[in-house]
Amino acid sequence: MYSYSNFDADFVRNRVAEFRGQVERRIDGSLTEDEFKPLRLMNGLYLQLHAYMLRVAVPYGTLNGRQMRQLAYIAETWDKGYGHFTTRQNIQFNWPKLQDVPDILDALADVGMHAIQTSGNCIRNVTADHFAGAAADEIEDPRPTAELIRQWSTDHPEFAYLPRKFKVAVTGSPNDRAVTKAHDIGLRMVRNDAGEPGYEVVIGGGLGRTPMIGKVVRDFLPKADLLAYLEAILQVYNLSGRRDNKYKARIKILVHETGLDELRARIEEVFSRQQRLLGEVDPGIVARIDAGFTPPVWDTRPAPEAPVLDAGLRSFIDTNVVAHKQPQYGIVSVSIKPIGGTPGDATSAQMRVLADLAERYSHDELRISHEQNVILPHVHRADIPAVYAELRMAGLATANIGLVSDIIACPGMDYCALATARSIPIAQQISESFADLDAQRDIGPLKIKISGCINACGHHHVGHIGILGLDRAGVENYQITLGGDGTETATIGSRTGPGFAYDEIVPAVERLIEAYLDLREGPEEAFLATYRRLGLEPFKAALYGVEERADAA
Amino acid sequence: MARAFLPKVATANDLFEGDVIYFTDEGTWTRQLAAAAVAMTPEAAEDLLAQAAKLQGEVVGAYLADVRVEDGVPVPDHFREAFRTRGPSNYFHGKQAEVA
Repeated sequence: MYSYSNFDADFVRNRVAEFRGQVERRIDGSLTEDEFKPLRLMNGLYLQLHAYMLRVAVPYGTLNGRQMRQLAYIAETWDKGYGHFTTRQNIQFNWPKLQDVPDILDALADVGMHAIQTSGNCIRNVTADHFAGAAADEIEDPRPTAELIRQWSTDHPEFAYLPRKFKVAVTGSPNDRAVTKAHDIGLRMVRNDAGEPGYEVVIGGGLGRTPMIGKVVRDFLPKADLLAYLEAILQVYNLSGRRDNKYKARIKILVHETGLDELRARIEEVFSRQQRLLGEVDPGIVARIDAGFTPPVWDTRPAPEAPVLDAGLRSFIDTNVVAHKQPQYGIVSVSIKPIGGTPGDATSAQMRVLADLAERYSHDELRISHEQNVILPHVHRADIPAVYAELRMAGLATANIGLVSDIIACPGMDYCALATARSIPIAQQISESFADLDAQRDIGPLKIKISGCINACGHHHVGHIGILGLDRAGVENYQITLGGDGTETATIGSRTGPGFAYDEIVPAVERLIEAYLDLREGPEEAFLATYRRLGLEPFKAALYGVEERADAA
Repeated sequence: MARAFLPKVATANDLFEGDVIYFTDEGTWTRQLAAAAVAMTPEAAEDLLAQAAKLQGEVVGAYLADVRVEDGVPVPDHFREAFRTRGPSNYFHGKQAEVA
């Protein structure tokens, strides 16, 4: 795993000392809230509905056991004994006290972590495929690229005050698990005709109030030109991105208003200048970063051939384990979505179990997924029964990955100051409504994603079923979108019609799923495929009961 | 048509804990909405916020929130303000746990 240099460690430590002084000055009255707010936000400290919230960066979602254990320690020492994993592969603590935050940041610095650039109009934490370095379909591990971007973008003086926040995602696989087309920049590793690795560069994707699927601005960018090209995109955006209207300030609006071809021409012009100025990425830096991502020494024992007799374990393997690039290994997704639980919340005790399992069975690696689950990326298949047994003891063995109860939900109005309605209780109720795992497996792959406001942290636009919570004349109201897709075939979902009240939304989702079960051609046709075959109408009929179902005969 | 004036309380978050607080008739802050000073006119509301704003050193983000007065006690008009008097709905944390 990549470890930070002394320079990084000193830098983070100095930032904590600086913030400690700022907190002291806020408390003794030398700083007003107006003066202090931008300083705390630069250190990831938000004020939410009931308390402060500290957002901690988990670079490209990768953690080791020691770091996870430290997050557990922070949660029980300064918070309420749990943490919330987010759709940005980060972790948030919901109840820190202002005067404790410098100590929390010091505890993070002890394990090479921080909360820098988790807020503000800067380049945010770079996200990546949560199966990076393990996926059987991978061209290359995307994390060295993500780390290179992290180093380049951290405190980059030119990009500290962009028109708006800026998110970059990287995938090394043709199957896009990092939602790259919904980011300001999405990088997809590809090979050119000569077999050399490079990137397909996508810009202008994003969700929020104006959802857009990103557009390919460069079919093939050689790896060595990455930083010069990113600088070109950021320079063009920094100069031309709108600053007059916060809601039109993301690069997706610039792409939309300027047109891709014109913007591409401007980017290429700056790129050729930057290329001369910056040259290629320093091979020494690349080598140093690559060395931090050397694959583990694989355990060469063959995978066990005996059939799995335990039904629970068999379900777990079928649902939560996928192919690893080493055939004797599996990638284990640990569901942080127990039936009726809060999506993405793990207790300190659970975090410690995950840390222990990573150290003993997964070459000391963990990943946080944007779907708010935790991944043990490298588990030898012979060890899966032992891992499963320990997960079960910790309440972490729910075999529901990719199923109806594996729901993304933002914190919503239970925590977030921006939210217009609650998300978490909707997720909890849907999960309880479909509690039976056999029934969930019968329904098959289905992604429900819930946001508690138009900013779409819950990715509702790319949910097969998306739910958006709004405030309609002082009452919580939930709009449904269907047919969204966050993968390489990214699509924005279509709105079905009028929204539903808080106590009507779960029955509405139940009707949608009943309709799907009636309409599908067979169990092998997943919800999204049925929707694509039939379109909105039969589902609208199920929701609103206004038309006969398409297959009524 | 302009909405009829609703009574107001001045509310904010505590500087240290971030907990929801309300401004009282005594010029202090309370954790309980029931103990909050209620402004019954737009002028009184403006005055209430001005007084509360003088104590910005101890609190964050003071603003006026609509309430209805029931049995002489202010109750939130909007669901967001109702949640602020309790805490989150997924765990028994926040105000609801402290009051119990």
